[in-house]
Amino acid sequence: MKKIEIIVRPFKMEEVKKALTSLDIRGMTVSEVKGFGRQRGHKEVYRGAEYQVDFVAKVKIEVVVDDSMAKTVVDEVVKAARTGQIGDGKIFVIPVEETIRIRTGESGVEAI
Amino acid sequence: MQPADTAFILICAALVMFMTPGLALFYGGLTRNKNVLGTIMHSFIMLAVGTLVWVAVGYSLAFGDDIAGVIGSLNFAFLYGVGAEPAAVAPTIPHSTFMIFQCMFAVITPALISGAYAERIKFSGFLVFSVLWLILVYCPMAHWVWGGGWMAQMGALDFAGGAVVHMSSGAAALAAALVLGYRRGYGQAPFIPHNIPMTVLGAGILWFGWFGFNAGSALAANGLASSAFVTTHIAAAAAALAWIAMERIVSGKPTTLGAASGAVAGLVVITPAAGFVTPMGALLMGLSGGAICYGGIFLKHKLGFDDALDVVGIHGVGGTWGAIATGIFANAAVNGKSGLLQGDVHQFLVQVASVVATWVFCFGASYLLLKFTDMVVGLRVTPEEEEVGLDMSQHNESGYQY
Repeated sequence: MKKIEIIVRPFKMEEVKKALTSLDIRGMTVSEVKGFGRQRGHKEVYRGAEYQVDFVAKVKIEVVVDDSMAKTVVDEVVKAARTGQIGDGKIFVIPVEETIRIRTGESGVEAI
Repeated sequence: MQPADTAFILICAALVMFMTPGLALFYGGLTRNKNVLGTIMHSFIMLAVGTLVWVAVGYSLAFGDDIAGVIGSLNFAFLYGVGAEPAAVAPTIPHSTFMIFQCMFAVITPALISGAYAERIKFSGFLVFSVLWLILVYCPMAHWVWGGGWMAQMGALDFAGGAVVHMSSGAAALAAALVLGYRRGYGQAPFIPHNIPMTVLGAGILWFGWFGFNAGSALAANGLASSAFVTTHIAAAAAALAWIAMERIVSGKPTTLGAASGAVAGLVVITPAAGFVTPMGALLMGLSGGAICYGGIFLKHKLGFDDALDVVGIHGVGGTWGAIATGIFANAAVNGKSGLLQGDVHQFLVQVASVVATWVFCFGASYLLLKFTDMVVGLRVTPEEEEVGLDMSQHNESGYQY
């Protein structure tokens, strides 16, 4: 199993969700997050005083899928979330040792 | 006695009263959220403190019988003899009406200064300084300009308080910024306004209340009041546009905070001139005033002081330009006074003299009062209290629960 962490622009959230559900992914965890990449944040100006705001608002989506699905998921998310501009986000693919459904005690791929 | 004048000035007094909570919102939105209540309190509590000082001795010191052109006597102390009979300075309205209208000016002026020392002053220090400042700086200024003192005798024009309210608070703000020093972390951490919508609402309330401030200064429901209302509105509109035009040129984008700041700057600039200039004079004063005050906010970076909410840049610079511009644009057709453009060099020089005298007196006296207050009760909160914020450290409450 793999956990796929997807960090995207907030306005791309809906498209990414659509892409994921079209792949029959039934659950996901979504968080509003802040951060920056190589380009850093943005500049704000208040009465002539410039402030560098490092942290830019992003959305983080986490899903866990079977190993065989991982590449397809990544490809579809890239397609859905890309604008071609700086700040489109990142995807991390992380190995998952075990998944347990709390309600039933099922584990492994069954529990995803 | 004129019932129409009385009704008008009472309503104007109420309009000016509303400026102080408006100022509280204007300033409150500009601070960080841990200081929002402390900042609002600096304005709001002046409605209580300023009023009591005014009725006890302030009104009498400003408008009591003249003593050598310097100060009023205490003949009206505790409002003795201030009732329904007309006042000498305003023969068509009750004395008490004139007193309460002027009370609202005395309330808002020390509150204006609070923008300079926001986010770092002790509440007790603020109270002591404000009471002393009202009695020893504001009252003499009001007497000199409006109470028959030496500036009035010299012929200085100040229709609604360019010197008494704005230059005086601007000069005091500069003294306060110098005496208190920088806020902790200033220049390293970002000091971003926590609620600009609040600030814009406050600016809107100030604009609204300013009609009472300026039109009411005609002290009658007449053509002069109407003229002052019109010039006030035009100047604010022009200055808001001038400010955002400057922003567009200098930093790329017109900002909401800039529009609000520009409107206030225009209102400040027109205040001394409101009853002396034509609508087109007001337009030119507003346009120039918006641009000049936009420049004024950079003074603190250039000269190295932390005037937290730009009181010097807006009220100090705006009040100064307004007083000088009154000497340039005053038009005899409006109120019988001519400025430089109509060839009256003398009036212009009188205006310049009044500017110099106001700055020297208000800055010097404020500086001494701040030092005195610091010795007696202390001015600045401890570093830890400043880190926690004034809301919690001075008032034991917080503005927002989330």
